[in-house]
Amino acid sequence: MPLDQEQLRTALLAIIKTLAPETDTAQIVGSLPLRKQIDLDSMDWLNVLVAIHEGLGVDIPETDYRHLATLDSIVAYLSGRLAKG
Amino acid sequence: MRTAVIPKSRNPSSPPPVDAAAYWAGIARELAVSGDGPLNIAQLAVDRHAASAKADKTAFRFLDEAGGRRDVSYRELAALTDRFANLLGALGVKKGECVFVLCGRIPELYVAVLGALKFGAVVSPLFQAFGPEPVRARIAQAQGSVLVTTASAYRRKVAPLRDALPSLQHVLVVDDLGGEMAQESLPNTLDWTTALAAAAATPVVPDTTAADPALLHFTSGTTGTPKGALHGHGAVLTHYATARYALDLRPDDIFWCTADPGWVTGMSYGILAPLVIGATSIVDAADFDAARWLVILAAERVNVWYTAPTAIRMLMKAGPALFAGRRFPDLRFIASVGEPLNPEAVWWGVETLGLPIHDNWWQTETGGIMIANTAKNDLKPGAMGRPVPGVVAHVVRRVAGQPPERIATPDTVGELALETGWPSMFRGYLGQPERYRECFAEGLYLSGDLVRRDADGDYWFVGRRDDVIKSAGHLIGPFEVESVLMEHPAVAEAGVIGKPDPLAGESVKAFVVLKRDVVADETLRRELLAHARRRLGAAVAPKEIAFAECLPHTRSGKIMRRLLKARELGLPEGDSSALE
Repeated sequence: MPLDQEQLRTALLAIIKTLAPETDTAQIVGSLPLRKQIDLDSMDWLNVLVAIHEGLGVDIPETDYRHLATLDSIVAYLSGRLAKG
Repeated sequence: MRTAVIPKSRNPSSPPPVDAAAYWAGIARELAVSGDGPLNIAQLAVDRHAASAKADKTAFRFLDEAGGRRDVSYRELAALTDRFANLLGALGVKKGECVFVLCGRIPELYVAVLGALKFGAVVSPLFQAFGPEPVRARIAQAQGSVLVTTASAYRRKVAPLRDALPSLQHVLVVDDLGGEMAQESLPNTLDWTTALAAAAATPVVPDTTAADPALLHFTSGTTGTPKGALHGHGAVLTHYATARYALDLRPDDIFWCTADPGWVTGMSYGILAPLVIGATSIVDAADFDAARWLVILAAERVNVWYTAPTAIRMLMKAGPALFAGRRFPDLRFIASVGEPLNPEAVWWGVETLGLPIHDNWWQTETGGIMIANTAKNDLKPGAMGRPVPGVVAHVVRRVAGQPPERIATPDTVGELALETGWPSMFRGYLGQPERYRECFAEGLYLSGDLVRRDADGDYWFVGRRDDVIKSAGHLIGPFEVESVLMEHPAVAEAGVIGKPDPLAGESVKAFVVLKRDVVADETLRRELLAHARRRLGAAVAPKEIAFAECLPHTRSGKIMRRLLKARELGLPEGDSSALE
């Protein structure tokens, strides 16, 4: 049973909370650029992608990074990838 | 085939003139300035071209995250910077006061920097990933009176500490929140757009000289507060000469320096040098994105590209598929700075981009490129290259109480030292004359970097003399990180080191000793990480925190970071005679 969008969002926020525990995840607006709202440098961002790979089994190629600007778009992207299996 | 040397043209550039002073006098003549007459960076970078046949040439092409682009000509840049300089005057700012900038790579940042230089203020950039504490410490140290920032950065990083910064008289805020940030919700700030529109458009004639302070860049040492390295307007001679010699930058080129202006590379070569040359500069507001970068290189027809090892390693990691079928016919020269570039990366350039990547070396204190691999000289992958014209380098050994001893034997490790007098040499550490004096001996600037020079005269980087951490090309002072960790009530002591990282060179790791009876668990580890990130920001805070029972000390009580690092790496711990 693949994760639904709400579960994906929860998993993603948990990853962010591990790497940047100062983040108030309730304040994140899903439709706005994620990295404008929380303090992630490029190393943190790579670590987010590594954690997505390890935790959700989705390896994101560089060519797909443009889909990852907002929380909503990441969830939609992961949901699409997981649905394809 | 991978070889020890990549041969270049049969006509290497002529050896640098023996007399450095004569070389720099020649550069000043070229720019029609003199050592003691009027000299202003913004005049040479902007106004000079705006008053010439080049006036309508694009100075900057700004690419935004949404795919938009905005071209700004030299003429427009002159007009905008006149307005900002007039605005500073109207606000009552005095020449020599410090104007801070804290924002992303948006057009307003570039106008503020160049306008403040034209006005005669001292410009100090703050990296956008700094947290409130590094921002506060730097503005307070320089008694900054003006800050240009964005609404989002102001709200998150400056508003909570505004009361702790009494020197900060004027804050100009660029609305990056799409109008949802009403001005009245940001008390004690001015809206950038409104203020600039209301400012006089009268042309400003700068009245600075080479020695007047222009730029203030903060850098980190092993101990104590950050050091604010001051550079004069005369530094522009180095920016101009080295961009041409070490980056092969020409007036008709399209240039892309990927460094953020929050650091010295992004200031010297991301803003100033290409303008003085009269080239067109690409500025991308977005964060690193391998696919996007390749599109920019090709679509913007970049000729000269100046980037950093971390970015190159991330491109290498992106894999060959991303590069399949891509050609960069306009690209002529690639250079890198920030930390040593491994030979693998140089060869990756040859094989993937069709060009080698040229490493060069300099520091915040040197203000510009000092040692470089150049377009014309044979390139040894892994080497830093050779001193640029006007710079005389030595390898030395410090001897307590005596002049540094110069090492002539090739391939002997020693400290890199430069003969003083090049135009962009720093003129002081703000408010810390003792630390400034300690950098010099017998007419030499002692860089703190360990190198060796081979028999051909090429320099090779070996390491730092001190414990400063170099992450993604930026220096991080372990003391600044340790101090913030120690503020936490659970922490008795902290030791911070740079841990080797395949992408960033080093990442910050903290070892923390807890107070008696405090339980070390995951909740506390996260709490400490949150505390450090909140105070220091992502760029400076540790990426990893480990609990330790105790830390190794010298007899005088200093934490032995080197030993912590040796233990982390599983290396022999060496002479422990100075241990507790």
